[in-house]
Amino acid sequence: MSDKTIGDSLREQGISRRGFLKFCATTASLLALPPAMIPQIAYALENTPRQSVIWLSFQECTGCTESLTRSHAPTIEGLIFDHISLDYHHTLQAAAGSAAERAREEAMKKNHGKYLLIVDGSIPTGNPGYSTIAGISNLDMLKEVAAGAAAIVAIGTCAAFGGLPKAAPNPTGAMSVSDLITDKPIINVPGCPPIPIVMTAVIAHFITFGKLPQLDNLNRPMAFYGQNIHDRCYRRPFYEKGLFANTFDDEGAKKGWCLYKLGCKGPTTYNACATTKWNDGVSFPIESGHGCLGCSEPQFWDGGSFYKPLSVPTIKVHDVMAYTAIAGAAVGLTVGGLNAMKKTNAVKQHETVTIDDLERK
Amino acid sequence: MMSAVDFLAWVRGPMFNIALIIFIFGVIVRLLEMLLIGRKPDYSEARESAFAGGVRTIFRRFMPADTGTLQRSTTVIFAGYVFHIGFFIVLLLFVPHILLIKDTLGIQWAGLPTPIIDAATVMTLLALLVLLINRLVNPILRFLSTFQDYLIWLLVFLPVLTGYMAFHHFIQPYQLVLALHILSVELLMIVFPFTKLMHTFTLFFARWYNGAIAGRKGVKA
Repeated sequence: MSDKTIGDSLREQGISRRGFLKFCATTASLLALPPAMIPQIAYALENTPRQSVIWLSFQECTGCTESLTRSHAPTIEGLIFDHISLDYHHTLQAAAGSAAERAREEAMKKNHGKYLLIVDGSIPTGNPGYSTIAGISNLDMLKEVAAGAAAIVAIGTCAAFGGLPKAAPNPTGAMSVSDLITDKPIINVPGCPPIPIVMTAVIAHFITFGKLPQLDNLNRPMAFYGQNIHDRCYRRPFYEKGLFANTFDDEGAKKGWCLYKLGCKGPTTYNACATTKWNDGVSFPIESGHGCLGCSEPQFWDGGSFYKPLSVPTIKVHDVMAYTAIAGAAVGLTVGGLNAMKKTNAVKQHETVTIDDLERK
Repeated sequence: MMSAVDFLAWVRGPMFNIALIIFIFGVIVRLLEMLLIGRKPDYSEARESAFAGGVRTIFRRFMPADTGTLQRSTTVIFAGYVFHIGFFIVLLLFVPHILLIKDTLGIQWAGLPTPIIDAATVMTLLALLVLLINRLVNPILRFLSTFQDYLIWLLVFLPVLTGYMAFHHFIQPYQLVLALHILSVELLMIVFPFTKLMHTFTLFFARWYNGAIAGRKGVKA
């Protein structure tokens, strides 16, 4: 890690003490920490040497990096991100080829057991040739770098859950980080892409407390993934009233009514979009008139149509219903026919008995 | 272990298919089998219309037959009505349910706001509890009750209860409780054709036959 602290870097960038404390307070409140923690965060950020971070990009689209770098520049969280010691990131670093790989190896050696490993993209476990960096397969590189990491942050849905590469039929045998690494603390920050401030807040928490924040059952930070979009959605009152948009351009859509009927996955999606929002707090997908796709959940790509409501089956049922009804009718008619035959036979075989017949016996 | 997401995907996909096939196949076979038995031809001269009698009885039986019955079975009749009405409000007028019907059958209608559905759900659950307690407390009812009666009570109670729990997020994550709700409905669909739940359809035929026989004889049934 470099000797310069985060505080030093921020001062060099002209960030005021007030601005810095404001960032600490925002971070504390985002992480749902008590106000008493603000000085602690400030102290830690002020005095901690810049955290060494190695960023590995595997089967991904660079959307996660785009999301982070396009956080409204220059926000303080953006600067904090700039001023971690990002020792390796093959999209952002200046070095290329063997020089880049050397930077990674040096950082790993110098900060062994202390550096933070960030992964975006899923890891192919089929043919290793599906994705390589400097001739090293993704799986080998992940294992090598993970071995010396203090913790791993799986950024984006691909790294956290497999994402798009893992979608059926998963041609590359894509797997998530936690499918492959089991002996390190892993934090998942899913989303396609994830919200920038979630990332910086997780790093701030790690620097302040030396450990990962509280996580949910999918290893996502509770502070950001603790509530679902539906529960925090400003359109929720329309859902309760039964007011829905039926198409993307009807009266309901224009009036900003609930998008449930148009396939919004808000109820099954845990993320902070509805509260933190995007583009420096401008809006989030539902506010722009499109339902939530559920991008921060596992298998969001295979969870049925984006435009079908959550309450309908993910399969096409009409053929099944028609064939079953035909088969049912055929069997029902056959059974009915057999019963009728039995009845006719019984009537035919019925022998009438008179009093005389009975008396004779 | 299966995750909540996998569980939800399973009940919305393959498991729904299985339940749907058993439900449709079972209902059609059983209805055809029963209806094709038919009735013996009645050669007597009709005094009044059998048709009018049949239709009249289908509707008239929605009301308690006489004050004696009402007095003897007050709890069953009142709680039974609250349960049935509440159940149909919840089943047919909650918007996500209507969307399911629209997706499978292609027909749809307007839904109700969720607070009304919520109230109907609570009423339905309470009515079901009253009916269960009554069944256990009343010695005659208890004597007449079979295993199937209790099984059906449970299988009807569970979808309403899990639906209520899903709506209020009693279990986290939401995918899990939603999947439990859907699964409980699928269990109900699977046992439906082979149990007394078939009364949903057969009650109309039974009333029709009774009413038509009486109507033909000129009896005001």
